[in-house]
Amino acid sequence: MNGTGTNGLSRLPKKPSRIKHYLTFIIVLWMVWGSAVQTDSTFKELFTGLPEMWKLIEEMFPPNWQYFDNIVPAMLETIRMAIAGTTFGAIIAIPFAVISASNIVKTPWIIYPARFILNLIRTIPDLLLAALFVAIFGLGLVPGILALAVFSVGLIAKLTYEAAETIDPGPLEAMTSVGANKIQWIVFGVVPQVAAHYVSYVLYTFEINVRAAAVLGLVGAGGIGLYYEKTLGFLEYDKTNSIILFTLAVVLVIDFISTKLREKLL
Amino acid sequence: MIELRNVSKTYPNGTKGLNQINLTIGKGEFVVIVGLSGAGKSTMLRSINRLHEITDGEILIEGKSITKATGAGLRRIRRDIGMVFQSFNLVKRSSVMRNVLAGRVGYHSTLRTVLGLFPKEDINLALNALERVNILEKAYIRADQLSGGQQQRVAIARVLAQEAKIILADEPVASLDPLTTKQVMDDLKKINQELGITTIVNLHYIDLAREYATRIIGLRAGEVVFDGPVAEATDEVFAEIYGRPIKKDELLGEAAL
Repeated sequence: MNGTGTNGLSRLPKKPSRIKHYLTFIIVLWMVWGSAVQTDSTFKELFTGLPEMWKLIEEMFPPNWQYFDNIVPAMLETIRMAIAGTTFGAIIAIPFAVISASNIVKTPWIIYPARFILNLIRTIPDLLLAALFVAIFGLGLVPGILALAVFSVGLIAKLTYEAAETIDPGPLEAMTSVGANKIQWIVFGVVPQVAAHYVSYVLYTFEINVRAAAVLGLVGAGGIGLYYEKTLGFLEYDKTNSIILFTLAVVLVIDFISTKLREKLL
Repeated sequence: MIELRNVSKTYPNGTKGLNQINLTIGKGEFVVIVGLSGAGKSTMLRSINRLHEITDGEILIEGKSITKATGAGLRRIRRDIGMVFQSFNLVKRSSVMRNVLAGRVGYHSTLRTVLGLFPKEDINLALNALERVNILEKAYIRADQLSGGQQQRVAIARVLAQEAKIILADEPVASLDPLTTKQVMDDLKKINQELGITTIVNLHYIDLAREYATRIIGLRAGEVVFDGPVAEATDEVFAEIYGRPIKKDELLGEAAL
């Protein structure tokens, strides 16, 4: 039947089996259901919780506009934390990126430990990092800045070394042939090819850090997060709402500027 | 003077890239190396400044062994050997000037070059080099704004700024059109004659080789099968090098020459 079908073709290509798609669907469904059972979450609970949620939202509106005056300094602090943390991180990321790129350093026992450290850093959530640094340095801005710096190193170095590994090897060969030493080779061959990517990743990390910095205060690492905790604790949801709206506005503006800058760069 | 003594290259998989090559190339010669793709032309050229390692034999540059050189010694020898590549190998995001000045890094301290503090003489040297290849007006333009032929001339200017005593050109015109090919080859020839720089060029086109070379070396399967002046390089000789009669695509065409 299949051989000479009604369409007159002598050999029809075999249709790929759909069983893989069905299986994927079943497995995903099973995982969702299993997770729900294990965590005791049911739709019933969701529905009984709805009025409570609605009450919270009602209490949030209208936002307490006067409260803005109180949180402006904290918001500025948050942004400063993000700037300082990103800058320190970006600087420390440079040597890490260089020793992690396999086309720059040819020694495996340098590359793999460096990459391992970067992977390790990225597995630690920034809130945990901040909590750790608060335990070491006490409450305030310093632990927040350090947490963001460490997080930034992991992200910027990883993205940059991956970009460095895709650069045109031609100019590197040319630098070798003119008798450049390793540092000259990197500065003249690698840096001009990676610089724009690097700056773009720093801006991108800054965007993420502004958002992260907004919650670091929850663990006592300074910034606007402290006020989240305070207003939520006193059940002053109208004030919480002001903070949320303010944070949203700041993040949107910074994201917009950063995205525009990055478009120009690449 | 460049001397290759019993130079061989065997790849890890056992393929012979170069087989027992003995050559002496004198100062000021314009040597063209011809052969089929895979005959070892590029491997041989890149062995001379050790962009490729050889597995046997020795290569001497002005009496010094580059094969045995390491570290600063190796960089010092490389500084005297300029290289021009098929794909130009400029940093496209940098200006023409910075690309040419990159040829000077071997002459100065790391700190000075990293900070971009090239002395006035170097700037003049770079500008003169650009003038010699007729591209001075592009000095402060980004390299990716230039056409292929212009980029190759910048690459030649880099070699000139390097004050190299030897120029190695690996298929320098393979990605250029016939007219630009002629300009670039004329530049190389002019530099060879006016400055007495020993020049070794890998070429695909037979008529181009005859036009510019003073000496032709034919490679076949990693061995030198012909070495002599242009006058001796007859069609029969080329057929011998290629292992078959010459085809039309191995000629650039009279129109361009």
